[in-house]
Amino acid sequence: MQPEHDLSKPFDATTDITTDLTIPRLFYRQAKRFGAGRVAMREKEYGIWRPITWQDYLDNVKAIALGLIRLGLEPGDKVSMMGANRPEGLWAEMAALCAGGVGVWLFQDCLMEEVRYILDHSDTKFLFGEGQEEVDKALSIVSECPKLKKIIWDDPKGMRHYHQDILMSLEDLKALGRELDREKPELFEQLIQRGHGDDTALLFYTSGTTSLPKGALLSHHNMLSMGQSLMSVDPCFPTDDYVSYLPFAWIGEQMMSISCGLQIGYTLNFPESQETAQENIRDIGPHVMFAPPRMYEQMTRTVQVKYLDATWLKRTMYNLASRIGYHVADLKFQKKPIPPLWRFLAWFAYITVQKKLKDHLGLSRVRNAYTGGAAMGPDHFRFFHAMGVNLKQIYGQTEVAGISVVHRNGDIKFDTVGLPIPGTEIRITEEGEIITRSASVFKGYYKNPEATAKAIRDGWLHSDDKGFIDDDGHLVVFDRTKDVFTLRDGKLFSPQYLETRLKFSPYIKDSWVIGDKKAFITAVLCIDYAVVGIWADERKMNYTNYQELSQKPEVYDLIEKQIRQANKDLPEAARVYRFTNLYKEFDADDDELTRTRKLRRAFVEKRYKEILDALYSDVDTVHIDTTIKYEDGRQSHVITDMTIRTIR
Amino acid sequence: MQAKPNPSDEVLLELQHVSMLFGKVTALSDVTLQIRKGEIHSVIGPNGAGKTVMMNCISGVYRPQKGEVRYKGKVINHLRPYERAKLGISRTFQKVEVFGGMTVLDNIRLGRHIHMKSGIVSGAVYVGKTAREEIEHRKFIEEEIIDLLEIEHIRNKPVGMLPYGLQKRVELGRALALEPELLILDEPLAGLNLEEVEDMARFILDVNEEKRWQVTCLLVEHDMGVVMDLSDRVFVLNFGNMIMDGTPAEVQSNPEVIKAYLGEEDLYATRA
Repeated sequence: MQPEHDLSKPFDATTDITTDLTIPRLFYRQAKRFGAGRVAMREKEYGIWRPITWQDYLDNVKAIALGLIRLGLEPGDKVSMMGANRPEGLWAEMAALCAGGVGVWLFQDCLMEEVRYILDHSDTKFLFGEGQEEVDKALSIVSECPKLKKIIWDDPKGMRHYHQDILMSLEDLKALGRELDREKPELFEQLIQRGHGDDTALLFYTSGTTSLPKGALLSHHNMLSMGQSLMSVDPCFPTDDYVSYLPFAWIGEQMMSISCGLQIGYTLNFPESQETAQENIRDIGPHVMFAPPRMYEQMTRTVQVKYLDATWLKRTMYNLASRIGYHVADLKFQKKPIPPLWRFLAWFAYITVQKKLKDHLGLSRVRNAYTGGAAMGPDHFRFFHAMGVNLKQIYGQTEVAGISVVHRNGDIKFDTVGLPIPGTEIRITEEGEIITRSASVFKGYYKNPEATAKAIRDGWLHSDDKGFIDDDGHLVVFDRTKDVFTLRDGKLFSPQYLETRLKFSPYIKDSWVIGDKKAFITAVLCIDYAVVGIWADERKMNYTNYQELSQKPEVYDLIEKQIRQANKDLPEAARVYRFTNLYKEFDADDDELTRTRKLRRAFVEKRYKEILDALYSDVDTVHIDTTIKYEDGRQSHVITDMTIRTIR
Repeated sequence: MQAKPNPSDEVLLELQHVSMLFGKVTALSDVTLQIRKGEIHSVIGPNGAGKTVMMNCISGVYRPQKGEVRYKGKVINHLRPYERAKLGISRTFQKVEVFGGMTVLDNIRLGRHIHMKSGIVSGAVYVGKTAREEIEHRKFIEEEIIDLLEIEHIRNKPVGMLPYGLQKRVELGRALALEPELLILDEPLAGLNLEEVEDMARFILDVNEEKRWQVTCLLVEHDMGVVMDLSDRVFVLNFGNMIMDGTPAEVQSNPEVIKAYLGEEDLYATRA
């Protein structure tokens, strides 16, 4: 019997986290410490930011946790969550942990088959869905998941005709919990006293660029130690604000909202809806941000597109300010002092352009902005630094409960991901694989001992990523081992690098670079329908849909120009020589991207084999005859000719 | 589609032998129709059948030469459109009639106008009563309309800049701001894509069924799939004459309707 954990002691973020601490205990202590006087989270609802204090947070979690107990939750039972970022989702997760369960998050846009696979594989007993959409998904697969006992929903919209026994509203669940609380007022604290830091807290399904999702088991200690290490590098404060809008099924969001958020006690802000996220970020002006590169790429694109539409004066000012910004950023990258004249110019650029620009992007208060999860191109990276945003690369993975390597202030190199966080050892094996050892290395894959044995060898987590450590001790991540290309001159080359360069053009939304052991590099590009659409409208071009627009010769000219720009200052062998515009966008629903929007190379290579073959023969069109499946289940037959262009 | 509770027998709106002529053109001839409280009643018919004329007779844009329009048992023939609006009749238009230069919120606020009580003086001072009243209205708009129609992301955008599908939604929002008892929807689905049609159909059902609203709907629509799915009763009009008035199943199996309307197979044609 372990000694009782002292729940009355306020949590001290500076002391080392031991395995005695669990997420529920930390949550309870923080809630008691901050109480009703401090806002734990806010949600924008009906146009107003509504605060939820730590006391409300605790009350809700308590009611839900006890409700789950009343419904028969046993320690170690899996509780799944699906839905948008909203307080109820986080309450459910925290309640599941408090009650001794294990949390599983699903992406909201998961297709039925993925939902079925995860619910079934994880042995989920309770599912929290947001509203009608999630309930519909769950109901359609419920017969195939016999272990599922209850589906709980919180948004009553459209739910008036649902009376199935397996359904229950969150309010009813909370009522059950409150009833139990009246019967056994001690129970909740007793539950929190149960468990150990090494117990599994979360079962995290990795999206996997290659295979079926694998369930990574993360313990309380994995999560909390990771959070503490990151916070020791870049401290946050209880007065800080953070906007939670990326899926909780992504480890990065868990890291910020739970691992870090709970320790620091900063305020989590939930946007009104998915569409308003960008606007709501601006409302809040968060102090810390963590997003995959695509979010930053989107911001860059927004600026570039607005720039195209701006007046002459604004464009001139912007050009001037960004030239100053780039120069100052480059000095900082080279760790050179900034001369007084440039300091003055930087101030000028700040007050004339950057201040406003940052405000529009919601970046005006950001101390640290992190990006990770995929490669970010140097162009995007420099773009943010030129604006005066302290953007840092991180390197991490689900299996280390978040991140293991991060840039330090004043020591940022845009081709590296920085230095290991405290408590983390990074090594490179003889084959060039990055391996990690820390307290945050996960417990293994659920029901998959082979994969676990492959991933953890002698306590080292094998990442399957290639990289090296440079002279300053920074880690450079090259690419997934299998994704590294050999060029015709025998040099190694990372396709992601070129892909991100191409994506710096506002007209190109996605890119896929091909050319491993080939005579030259080719690319398949997806135009950005909105941006190219505006461009085409200005030129009074006629088109009816994406497919038609993508194949216009004028659009090919435009894209060729963008490629030439990206090709500049690349070695001859690494330049894109032939390209084609794909007739559709890459889509996660078609398995072409993972849910975090990483390209699944092996899959697209198989799917678009004819395009690939055409790129490496001497034809200049490829005939496509295929069926596209839409999200609503309709199918449509596509017959088109895709032009292939050679850049001379 | 799930079955819903039977609408009550209480007749909300009644047309009795209504005829409407433009010169020698008979747009409506001797039309009789009853709309019961709580139902969704659709009017279908080929182009030029007089559907919109009928809507205009109900909302007060036109006054029929013959016959009576009764609302809750009272004859309202003589009432002007704004007087009918006060009684709880609200409508949307075939081609959206929104104020393009105004924001979404302002457009919807306009629908609240008839519920505004404070006068010109207290409005000018804008403290106390007027401010409180405005907060109440804003609350209603946010909680009941913007949330229902899922237009949070555009509430401060000028309507003219929005895509057509969203403009239609805003127009519905404005009609709802009136808190109507009878909502006339003139081709709410025309020009929308599949996803927007599904959304709009859901909103109509929500407004009709949700306890908060329970609005009786009169729908003019060409999209047969949606009409047959949503409606409790369907009214078929051809050249100003009523062909039949019955349940969707009855209408679909009526050979006369099939003949009159769009040709035989097209009746069942919906968006592919």
